[in-house]
Amino acid sequence: MRRVSTITVAGVATAALAFTLTACGESSTSSGGDKGVGLAFDVGGRDDHSFNESAARGVDKAKAELGMKAKLLTAKNGETEAEREQRLSSLADAGHNPVIGVGFNYSKSIEKVAKEYPKVTFGVVDSVAPGKNVVSMTFGEHEGSYLAGVAAALKSKTHKVAFIGGVNNALIQKFQAGFEQGAKAADPKVEVRSDYLSNSDKGFNDPAAAKEKAKGMLDSDFDVIYTAAGLSGNGSIEAIAAKKGAWAIGVDSDQYQQPGLAKYKDSILTSVVKNVDVAVFDLIKSVKDGKPLTGQRQYLLKDGGVSLSTSGGHIDDIKAQIEEAKKKIVDGQVKVKTAP
Amino acid sequence: MNALKKLDKNKLILAVAAPVLAIVAALVVTSIIIVATGKDPIHAYQVMVDFGSKADSQVWIINKATPYYLSALAVAIGFRMNLFNIGVDGQYRIAAFFAAVVGGALTLPGIIQIPVIIIVAMIVGAIWAGIAGLLKTTRGVSEVISTIMLNAIGAAVIAYFLQDGRLAEKEGNLIHTPYLPDSAHFFEIATATKPIYGFVLIAALAGLVYWFVLNRSRFGFDLRTVGQSESAAQASGVNVKRMVVTSMLLSGAMAGLVGMPTLLGVSYNYGTDFPAGIGFTGIAIALLGRNHPIGMALGALFWSFLDRTGTQLEFEGYAQEMVGVIQGVIVLCVVIAYEIVRRYGLKAQQRKVGEELAAQARKSDKAEVSA
Repeated sequence: MRRVSTITVAGVATAALAFTLTACGESSTSSGGDKGVGLAFDVGGRDDHSFNESAARGVDKAKAELGMKAKLLTAKNGETEAEREQRLSSLADAGHNPVIGVGFNYSKSIEKVAKEYPKVTFGVVDSVAPGKNVVSMTFGEHEGSYLAGVAAALKSKTHKVAFIGGVNNALIQKFQAGFEQGAKAADPKVEVRSDYLSNSDKGFNDPAAAKEKAKGMLDSDFDVIYTAAGLSGNGSIEAIAAKKGAWAIGVDSDQYQQPGLAKYKDSILTSVVKNVDVAVFDLIKSVKDGKPLTGQRQYLLKDGGVSLSTSGGHIDDIKAQIEEAKKKIVDGQVKVKTAP
Repeated sequence: MNALKKLDKNKLILAVAAPVLAIVAALVVTSIIIVATGKDPIHAYQVMVDFGSKADSQVWIINKATPYYLSALAVAIGFRMNLFNIGVDGQYRIAAFFAAVVGGALTLPGIIQIPVIIIVAMIVGAIWAGIAGLLKTTRGVSEVISTIMLNAIGAAVIAYFLQDGRLAEKEGNLIHTPYLPDSAHFFEIATATKPIYGFVLIAALAGLVYWFVLNRSRFGFDLRTVGQSESAAQASGVNVKRMVVTSMLLSGAMAGLVGMPTLLGVSYNYGTDFPAGIGFTGIAIALLGRNHPIGMALGALFWSFLDRTGTQLEFEGYAQEMVGVIQGVIVLCVVIAYEIVRRYGLKAQQRKVGEELAAQARKSDKAEVSA
């Protein structure tokens, strides 16, 4: 026994030493090649039925229509810049082009990594990052949310509507601001309550917290609840579906159509669809065509970058009012606030 | 004399046996899990070793390990006297936040600016931990409860101030405190690939101070005594209450350093994207390193190695959660292996003492007979 352990230690030590020596000076930067799209999701991952999934649809379309290959990676909770940079550079390293970061958390890391790979086109969703080879894709969330506010106020029987945000930050406040303004515009007497789940990214990845929050709101007679919280939204939709007469408003993807949420679809009034897929596809196509996009690209209501979904037909009865509100925004008669 | 030497040798073998046992057990368990997901474990280890040993990976690993190490030191100060400070997470965040606020508001020459920021962080961290210490000594509140509650309170305090127009500003969709002036950027150590944070030197120094104070000073002796037996320490004239408050203050001050490598070396501000959760990683690393300054350094590097290679594993098609599983399994294995080895050692010692006593008794019996 004694001899064995001594030998083990000696062996381990030698192996460790040898391994450090051979490794010195070698870098993980390897050869490039055409590997297609590299895409890094925000927390929650591909199957969040919402934000990330919308981006994934863009990649799927590129695979089907352009015959592109793709690699998709996902962020973890509580990541640091170092991990995000690593994820992006390993994609660029392996020869993926374009490399896309989904979510504003990637803005700093995209800026940094893009400088190291000047020949690769980088894209960031929901944020503006400088750089010649960087495409920044931003959306008119406040405008889409305004329409959701109109729909919520018109559909509420208790004249109480609520908003749940995943993370209390500038981006989600855009959703809140638009929703509140829209609801008040449609029904000046409506009561609007807005709450957030968290101050860290975890808020996008915490369905249990969203479920509790929605339950609390339902108990206080709020009967239309709009949740902008990525994967967490599944929790609030579940809670809302359990109460008769209450409506959920989905976000980013048309959540009525999501197979994963099919059980609850009769309670999903509508969704504020953010066409991340369109933006992602545009970018991939431009790279494929050899004419990569650059700079900031805005996807507003007038560009079809955001819209209110009608599947399920739950808002058919108020179609006219919504169209009117939409027209006012597109014409510039109504200016939607971006902060509450 | 000979027996003493032999005992020491046995001790050494026991000390080595525990980590070896833990690593082997952890390898076996994770291999089973990887096989269960339908993948090849050997290839996974190959990927990890290959990728983790690259030069740029090594730099990354050292940089990531620096805050882990400081966090483990903060936790270990508490552990050594049986205080479970699980509030390191809240302590370092609130410390880094206020240090960032102060640093962003001042423009002084670097030689003054940097120490001011570090000292503010240490003081804020110490105050935050000290609250738990005071609650324990005056009201008898368990530090486990109070520190974890203070984490939540700390997060809320930061959330309140970290808003546009209060103590923070907006940059696109990110909200953060004003940038530190250039004079507050900590130096970096250039390498062939990317630079290493200069703060790694402060971390090494902190490890040295930790070792010296705990093992070579009167205070450290008192602290360890309280950890082993509060009543015995009290009886020998140690003011236990004061020790509790002092060690919480020290633990908190150390926690204040955890956010500094990031603040002074990477982000230069405290924003919504400031890394969270390092305090909890510190607990795992303190357990892994058995509160020993070198053990914890190895633990921190190892943890960081797993972080680095985990992302690569996902790249190679393995489940992203695999590294989290490996980390958890390793901590469990280490704790269990040490306990098994400790019990085995205790039993061996008892047996030995028993044999010696029996031999002595036989000898004296013989002596009586012959007399």
